[in-house]
Amino acid sequence: MPSPTTIIGLEVHVQLQTRTKIFCGCANRFNPDEPNVQTCPVCLGLPGALPVMNRRALELSVRAGLALSGTIAGLTKWDRKQYYYPDLPKAYQISQYDLPFCQGGHLDVDVEQENGEIQSRHIRLIRVHLEEDAGKNLHDESGRGGDSRVDLNRAGTPLLEIVSEPDIRSAAEARRYLEEIRLLMVYLGVSDCNMQEGSLRCDANVNLEISNSANESIRTPIVEVKNLNSFRGVEAALVYEISRQQREFEQCGGIYADTAKQTRGWDADRGVTFAQRGKEEASDYRYFPDPDLLPVSFSDEWIEIQRAELCEPPADRRRRFVAELGLSEYDAGVLVDRGRETADYFEAVATACGDAKQAANWVTQDVLRELNEREETIESFPIDAQGLASLLGMITSGDLTTRSGREVFSSLMNNQGGDGSIVERIASIVEERGLSAVADSGALETVIDAVISRNEKAAEDFRGGKDAAIGKLIGEVMREVGGADPNAVRETLISRLRP
Amino acid sequence: MTACREPASVLIERLSNGETTSLELTEACLAEITSHDGAVGAFLHVAGDSARQAAESIDRRRAAGEPLGRLAGLPVAVKDVLVTRDQPTTCGSRMLEGWTPPYDAHTVEKLRDADAVLIGKTNMDEFAMGSTTENSAFGPTRTPWQLDCVAGGSSGGSAAAVSAGFAPLAVGSDTGGSIRQPASFCGVVGLKPSYGRVSRYGLVAYASSLDQVGPFARDVAGAAMLLEVLAGHDRRDGTSVDQPVPPYGQQLEKPVDGLRIGICPDHFGDGLDPEVREAVERALDIYRGLGADVQEIELPHSRFAVACYYLVAPSEASSNLARYDGIHYGRRTDDHDGLVEMYSNSRGAAFGTEVKRRIMLGTYALSAGYYDAYYLKAQKVRRLIQQDYSQAFADVDVIASPVAPTPAVRLGQLTDDPLQMYLADAYTISANLAGLPGVSIPAGFSQDGRPIGLQLLANAFTEDRLLRAAAMHERETDWHLATPTFAGDAC
Repeated sequence: MPSPTTIIGLEVHVQLQTRTKIFCGCANRFNPDEPNVQTCPVCLGLPGALPVMNRRALELSVRAGLALSGTIAGLTKWDRKQYYYPDLPKAYQISQYDLPFCQGGHLDVDVEQENGEIQSRHIRLIRVHLEEDAGKNLHDESGRGGDSRVDLNRAGTPLLEIVSEPDIRSAAEARRYLEEIRLLMVYLGVSDCNMQEGSLRCDANVNLEISNSANESIRTPIVEVKNLNSFRGVEAALVYEISRQQREFEQCGGIYADTAKQTRGWDADRGVTFAQRGKEEASDYRYFPDPDLLPVSFSDEWIEIQRAELCEPPADRRRRFVAELGLSEYDAGVLVDRGRETADYFEAVATACGDAKQAANWVTQDVLRELNEREETIESFPIDAQGLASLLGMITSGDLTTRSGREVFSSLMNNQGGDGSIVERIASIVEERGLSAVADSGALETVIDAVISRNEKAAEDFRGGKDAAIGKLIGEVMREVGGADPNAVRETLISRLRP
Repeated sequence: MTACREPASVLIERLSNGETTSLELTEACLAEITSHDGAVGAFLHVAGDSARQAAESIDRRRAAGEPLGRLAGLPVAVKDVLVTRDQPTTCGSRMLEGWTPPYDAHTVEKLRDADAVLIGKTNMDEFAMGSTTENSAFGPTRTPWQLDCVAGGSSGGSAAAVSAGFAPLAVGSDTGGSIRQPASFCGVVGLKPSYGRVSRYGLVAYASSLDQVGPFARDVAGAAMLLEVLAGHDRRDGTSVDQPVPPYGQQLEKPVDGLRIGICPDHFGDGLDPEVREAVERALDIYRGLGADVQEIELPHSRFAVACYYLVAPSEASSNLARYDGIHYGRRTDDHDGLVEMYSNSRGAAFGTEVKRRIMLGTYALSAGYYDAYYLKAQKVRRLIQQDYSQAFADVDVIASPVAPTPAVRLGQLTDDPLQMYLADAYTISANLAGLPGVSIPAGFSQDGRPIGLQLLANAFTEDRLLRAAAMHERETDWHLATPTFAGDAC
């Protein structure tokens, strides 16, 4: 029996990084500690209040749509999606029904397959639309049956919904797709995509195509898993749901009493999905065009202005780092996935020092290690790109050994070298510690001869074939000549002892 | 005659030359309200103290020679569908009983900026749904001309307030005739502006694509003066149009040269009260006497207007009124077990019959499987009606018609027959569907003394010409000068 095919489509919600909410002037800011302070008659849905579209939200939305290769609609409108819930103060959500601002599009995602190979997957999109976020219901979790509360700080936050075709074939692929959307949105400056704060959320539709004993292809009922708010959660929930559907199929032999779409929640603590609501509550949202908001038409000229604001998307940048800068796919991935600022930093270092591979080594290892230890971001990193490039330049030119370079780097990290620019501080650290590589081979040879004569035993051992004996000699030379290149020392010693 | 029964322009004159003060005027209005509003039922809230304070403050500023707004010192009554931060706003519904909004409607801000004295909130059909003000949860409003007859609706309170001399000016809202029809029933001038002329921000929505705020006054000049204050662009209303507001009052004396008046034969068919017909024809004769050209026009789709309106308006209403769910404000019943029951019991207890009827109609029309046949079809018909009018206004400046098929009806006469009530809106509804300005002006009385109005409609954003045409008739007649007698029993 062939193995089942997994069919997954994701609905990804991205909160836009606008200063104000989508239909009013209230601050668009995550603020769970002071409920209901970022509100006004409009986002409270008070009688008489009217929405006015936030221009910036339209700009960011269209940029996101363009970056996802979607087709921007000539004319778009907003519709009311009507349902009752305490976090929805107007009892309708202003959303987009049949004329979303963006249709189609796709995202290519590199996914590691089970055999370890990297495969590029082309995930098509159905649409992208712009809507308002709801508020938040806060229920008493003490179990004592206290009142539920409603916080409307979030109500009216501009929200993009990116709906994929059911092109995703595994839980790992779903996670990669979501990670790539996040990275793209952060690169574009469309969203901060902070999952802890809920600015990136995801619902997953999943089912399986399985062959039954009669070799007929059966599709299991589609399940929508709601409110997945971490990458790990998306993957784990889908892994669980895929095996649950497979078990269910095996139990019922592919004959389902009810084939209607089901909604399930994800319990991250228990690691299971659970049935959320039955179809008897299936809603008719009674969509109709919101008479308070006029339809919007985008001119080609305006769309081109938005396109000009786009940056190089992460996937293109990875490819360029490999093809043009000669980086390994792994290094390119680490640098790009870390975020736009880190990749910019790397590129500035690489350009200034002229050695992209060395720049990649230093940024992926030394710089990222320091950032991780300090839990800081590249924007606050104490060594600017020019400074690091000049340090790497000294190593490339042989003015500084790699070992000395690392010493200078850590001195800079410890705020040593005075108050000047990084370049000035590097010079003063090198000077102070005498780290400058000894270029005068005459001076080096004098020291080497002296060390050999002081260490007859070790020199004799090395001459007699004990390779390890050279280490003691190298060490002693290095101690006497600060900044000597250990390779040069080794070569000179060998040429003296085994001519 | 009490001071506040004078036209607004006369009162403004007296205030500015020191013949009277705003406090005197306000006290006179409050005294009239005390004497007669028990019988009329025009007000839901009388803001006596704050009105006196505002009046005194304006008088002081006037004495000090400070610059004052255009309505400085004039008492104005406001329909209870506009939110006011210092007065309760109920929309005539138990649902919002006791609710004081935290903000002012755009039009209320404009009134305050113009130094109007906000004297109180007027009665209305619940959430502006109705044609008699009998759907108010707080009792009906009667026309001051005959207290056993309705004031019309839904802005019955505002129309009656101006008619009775409770305030020289009042503000109403018109979704299907709710300014023009009560103006006709109460013998005052009422104007519905073009859609987008006046901001809807703070106007509690009934049917968003049809609602418009407009003025009531004793004469055309008063309506022009108040419209000038209310109109203008507002960034908070996306449907508000950014067009300059002409000085409506300045041109009124100037007749419309070669005025072309359209009449639609369909408007004079069966079901039209003979006295109303007579009044309209008399008005047309007056216009002919002034040199106007009266010609027949065709509005082939107007016979679908009532059906179209009663799909579009309830659909939007069902959505606009969903927010009254007992969660965030307004009435919440204690009698419930769980969230869904809390919604249904709160709404079931607090909404009146007509509101429920329209919510059900609209919910049905928007339901999956019915949307195309009802809402979408109605929107297509609406476009055809709009096209009819654009074609008609290529040939005429205004279209004249009755406002309503009858003068004011007796209380209870239509309440048991919603369909008859809906059909009575036939003359006024099209202006809302087409977004056109329309005015009702006094044009006579029935033999038993009930006022009859004449409706004039004009092309969108030609309120200036509409008002000038209305003033031409007013100069030739004295219907607007008659004073109600509070006759009959307030049964």
